[in-house]
Amino acid sequence: MARELPYIAAIGEAVHQEMERDDTVLYFGQNLGLTEEDPFVKAFGNDRVRVTPISETAEIGMAVGAAFAGYRPVVQLYMSEFMLVAMDQVVNEAPRFYGMTGGQVKVPIVLQAGYGFTAGWAGQHTGTIYGMFMGVPGLKVVVPSTAADAKGLMTAAIRDDNPVILFHNYLLTLEHGDVPEGEHVVPIGDAALAREGSDVTIVGIGWTVGKALAAAEQLAGEGVSAEVIDARSLAPLDTATILESVEKTGRLVVVDQATRHASAAAIIAAEVASEGFASLKAAVELVTSLDATVPYSEPMEQYLLPNEAKIVAAVQQVLGSAPVAA
Amino acid sequence: MSQTAPARLDGDVGLELLRSMWRIRVFEERVGELTRANEVHGLVHLSVGQEAVAVGVCGHLRPDDAVYSGHRAHGHAIAKGAPLGRVMAELMGRDGGLCRGLGGSMHLVDAEHGFMGATGVVGGNVPLALGSALAGRLLGGDQVAVVFFGDGAVQGGIFVESVNLATLWALPVILVCENNGFAEFTPRSAHTNVERVSDVVAPYGLERQTVDGNDVAAVRDAFARFLAEARGGTGPMLLECLTHRLRGHYEGDPQRYRQALAAEEWQELDPILRLQRRGVSEGWLVDGAPSRLEQEARDEVDEAVGFARESPFPSSELTADLVYAP
Repeated sequence: MARELPYIAAIGEAVHQEMERDDTVLYFGQNLGLTEEDPFVKAFGNDRVRVTPISETAEIGMAVGAAFAGYRPVVQLYMSEFMLVAMDQVVNEAPRFYGMTGGQVKVPIVLQAGYGFTAGWAGQHTGTIYGMFMGVPGLKVVVPSTAADAKGLMTAAIRDDNPVILFHNYLLTLEHGDVPEGEHVVPIGDAALAREGSDVTIVGIGWTVGKALAAAEQLAGEGVSAEVIDARSLAPLDTATILESVEKTGRLVVVDQATRHASAAAIIAAEVASEGFASLKAAVELVTSLDATVPYSEPMEQYLLPNEAKIVAAVQQVLGSAPVAA
Repeated sequence: MSQTAPARLDGDVGLELLRSMWRIRVFEERVGELTRANEVHGLVHLSVGQEAVAVGVCGHLRPDDAVYSGHRAHGHAIAKGAPLGRVMAELMGRDGGLCRGLGGSMHLVDAEHGFMGATGVVGGNVPLALGSALAGRLLGGDQVAVVFFGDGAVQGGIFVESVNLATLWALPVILVCENNGFAEFTPRSAHTNVERVSDVVAPYGLERQTVDGNDVAAVRDAFARFLAEARGGTGPMLLECLTHRLRGHYEGDPQRYRQALAAEEWQELDPILRLQRRGVSEGWLVDGAPSRLEQEARDEVDEAVGFARESPFPSSELTADLVYAP
């Protein structure tokens, strides 16, 4: 049975259910579990639910050490930028150990980190930084776009024997969606077909999946059949599903809330150019944020971000039907 | 530092301490030779002169006590029980190495013996030990975690974060600082105004002691006292061992930044010669025993080199197989 839940509550439900199912799942973070009435503290106690100081490096490093001993810590980081102060642990300790030790130890930790809070939060809390992590061997990176996937990917992340970063989008926090009750697992490494179409493939990531679907709806009114793929998992990246779609449509637009350079969008475009060149009937178009720090002022913020109109224009471009510039 | 005259050392204990220090000394001197002969091909940091710390600490520990180290890790791994042959094979990049040739000198791990990790980034190991200590606490056992680090690590924020969290949560972790007066190539005076590491942590109220780290019995006694408390469920503690790094920061370091000790000065400081002199004066070390102990170590190291040379290089595909845990 499914019922409606907000995206962020779906993630919380996954953590709660996994803690119920498996005693080794721990939950750490700043400002959490502060009262005895907290549902996590009530259910699991303060041994497993622990508030930490503002010490991201120690929090994440401690999670890695506990994972060596068989625990499965979930570290709640709130803002993905807070990981940046702990990059040694995120990039150079947690994901290296399995390989570096010849497979002697595993690091089943989950880092939950919000991104893309482009709602007037300005330069330092709005970044879309998942691309920085998708090239780190040993690290898995997932970016759910729906409430159901948020639950399913968090469940899969907790059960995974590798370090996983789950990026939740701040603008989707209160978006409701149908979420299965009980156990719900979405495999890491599988993209999803969000809308079927035949003329063009639009790949979205996280928040931009909704924008891509809205653009596809608008394009349908203009007689264009757009297929929308939700990348869902950036590492490992499901290039097979994207290539299969491009083989059918011959055209690709990738939509990413991140800056363009060294982005997930650029990697997806490169993979398709390399592996699917023969299928392409037009150059790949990227719809991304500008290569700039997110500004505070609302009109400037909107100017910088991808939106439906930019996606529609990119689709017209790859279809060769773009209005000729004056 | 304790000023009381030490009691007579038990002869069996004294011989075991000497045996362990000789094994590390001879092993590392051989690693230096093999580095110059290109049989060991990576960056190598030797702990020659600091053996008393590794031996004085690890002699008390069990396999289920987790020990962490940094880039100068060979001595700690051996003292914790890692077989010499498998350590040597790792340094030569062989399949029979502890980490099957994927880790090397700076990333030695022997999970079976509770040597959970040498990390190459200064300070990166400290929070990992907190995680092991937390896991031990949650498992309900009396195991402890120990982390070795140099005085150079203490100036990093990760150290302060970790000390704060370990004291806040009263984790059974023993922080062992090998203060050799040099952070890589730079003297402590150029890093900080605080001379003693044990003073850096004073405000946190943890138990702390500074000992002569070239006096293996002093290290052993101080550590034993902390260990008994940690097994009883308290912690953390900090043991600062003042020692001397006889070699450069790495093998091949021309050491233009310091003057070598005169041979007579080193004879006074050398932890092995010191214990041998003590053994003779206390009557538990008979004529001929020192050279016999040294020869036993040489035989063991010869055997380890033989094992390593016979071990094949790992299949190169292994590196791709060990990116993600299955």
